[in-house]
Amino acid sequence: MERTALDLWVGAFVVAGIGALVVLALKVGNLSTYNVSDTYLLNAYFTNVGGLKPTASVRSAGVLVGRVTEIRLDTDRYEAKVTMSIDKRYQFPKDTFANIQTAGLLGENFIGLLPGGEDQMLKSGEVFKKTQSAMVLEDLIGQFIYGKADNKAK
Amino acid sequence: MPVVKSIKAIGHRTIDVVWRIGYASRFFALTLYYSGASFRRFHLTIKEMFASGVMSLIIILVAGMFVGMVLGLQGYETLKRYGSESALGSLVALSLVRELGPVLAALLFASRAGSAMTAEIGLMKATEQIAAMEMMAVNPIARVIGPRFWAGLISMPLLSALFSAMGVFGGYVVGVVVIGVDEGSFWSQMQSSVDFQHDVLNGVIKSFVFGVAVTAIALFEGFDAPPTAEGVSGATTRTVVESSLAILILDFILTAFMFRGD
Amino acid sequence: MTSSQALVEIRDVNFSYDSRPILKGINMTLPKGKVIAVMGGSGCGKTTLFRIIGGALKPTKGHVKIDGQVIHDLSQQGLYEMRRKMGVLFQFGALFTDMSVFDNVAFQMREHTDLPEEIIHDLVMMKLNAVGLRATHGLMPAELSGGMARRVALARTVALDPMLILYDEPFAGLDPISLSVVGNLIRKLNDALGATSVIVTHDVQESMKIVDYNYFIDSGVIVAEGTPDEIRASQMPYVRQFVNGEIDGPVPFHYPGGNYKNDLGVSA
Repeated sequence: MERTALDLWVGAFVVAGIGALVVLALKVGNLSTYNVSDTYLLNAYFTNVGGLKPTASVRSAGVLVGRVTEIRLDTDRYEAKVTMSIDKRYQFPKDTFANIQTAGLLGENFIGLLPGGEDQMLKSGEVFKKTQSAMVLEDLIGQFIYGKADNKAK
Repeated sequence: MPVVKSIKAIGHRTIDVVWRIGYASRFFALTLYYSGASFRRFHLTIKEMFASGVMSLIIILVAGMFVGMVLGLQGYETLKRYGSESALGSLVALSLVRELGPVLAALLFASRAGSAMTAEIGLMKATEQIAAMEMMAVNPIARVIGPRFWAGLISMPLLSALFSAMGVFGGYVVGVVVIGVDEGSFWSQMQSSVDFQHDVLNGVIKSFVFGVAVTAIALFEGFDAPPTAEGVSGATTRTVVESSLAILILDFILTAFMFRGD
Repeated sequence: MTSSQALVEIRDVNFSYDSRPILKGINMTLPKGKVIAVMGGSGCGKTTLFRIIGGALKPTKGHVKIDGQVIHDLSQQGLYEMRRKMGVLFQFGALFTDMSVFDNVAFQMREHTDLPEEIIHDLVMMKLNAVGLRATHGLMPAELSGGMARRVALARTVALDPMLILYDEPFAGLDPISLSVVGNLIRKLNDALGATSVIVTHDVQESMKIVDYNYFIDSGVIVAEGTPDEIRASQMPYVRQFVNGEIDGPVPFHYPGGNYKNDLGVSA
């Protein structure tokens, strides 16, 4: 009966709606870079994470290679332990540098990876040995001012 | 004496409001309890999805397109001052996916589909169709209310996703095609700032909650409407007012929960 | 009217709304196979009685027994079971405006039975044929005239061959031809189904032609009862006024109030 025409319309509506969701997820959002099954975890300790947040990006040479999944305080070392999930396609040498960087002067924080030259690659669950904490703008300004003051005193 | 009278009136109103809230909650609980029929005979729900979802498509798509275009224009003008026109994509997408998509789609849905639901059920009540159904041993909450409720619930997130997608397209047309922002940076900035879980999924959750609120209010107002012409028109107005307020208040609460601290 | 074959027994039913009494001690016995009219002026409580028989309202005192069961003591489940055996025609038909004529008549068959669609089709056509509107099955209720809508509603009411049929003002707002058609259908359907019909109405002339027994209700009490012949022969002032439609009588033309002259401000 006429139920079929109705079904067609509703079906088209549902397909369009789900299509829009997929577009939002893949084209607008970053689901295309999420791949839960194809990642491995790496850890890094920082004395100060600054404004770094979970879901912040992990980049190497400007390319997105993973995301920060967890940030917590390690009470043994009193340092921040940052866990990040890295795309399986990318492997990094053991002496890779992990820096907390800022996009622009006031932009958001992300982790930049600067690969070293070692042959052995980091395996899942291992720790970046060399890290550099976030630049805190206030500290920089403070250093600058006190540095000037020290110079004068001399 | 007039003081006593007005205190009395306030007391009456308060009791009335509490009464209505209780009645509405019971109605909502019954709707969920009797939802079996909406799934057992799914064609009823499909029919209502046509009435509430498909019939709202045009207004949602056109409105989404224009909201996106306005965002593109305004966003460009503002971002230009800071020399960061390339962030236009992320501005358009974030505001749509997080806020404007769910909220505006729900507001349009409330005035387009919600008011129609209230009027239809109010009229069914005024012409004794609800009573007739009850006398035919068919539970009107299961047969009339349930399918409409679930249809609204399913339609709302889909409409909101369509609104956002259309808006992003509108922003793209204005920003990239008309103004000439670099296409590559438009999309890449958008992708790097819009997180699937954090932004897109939370937007879907929002629109889902709004869908529950709008359909529940619309159905209750229709079911509770006095069976007269004034009664039905009053209930229709109340549906639009109450669901618009509910959407904005819920949006604040949800936003506070979802996006606090970042 | 006494009969061992009573389908509906109404015993000492009282009903008050916000402590305002509407019905006061109603007693009725409705035997099987008969058409009974409950008559009275507007606001006499007959619609309340109608809703009590249908189980939509609970009497403050007394009980209504249908087929041996007290209707307002039934659970929701039991009440729905009972209502499947009842047909109700509402004042203006109350057809479902979002469904075609066919779907309206098929509604209860689809809701309450697992009959295949072909059998439902045949049953619906039979019911529509009985009211002479087989050809309208594809129309929507809005496309029907008032009289036709009432007949479709009648077909829907008897869709599941009920044992008790309740009519709420079945003659309201009909032209003379539709009036006779509907009246005749009520009688014929009742006899064909072997059902019991209760007509709540204020249309004395039309209902007197088709019913077996009349009850007159005024201010919540039964003031007169009898077969149509007895009613016509009755000398009771209330019945005479009602049957002949006289303007003044026991039911006054004026709403009780103060002195007319005082209201006009003319001192006596």
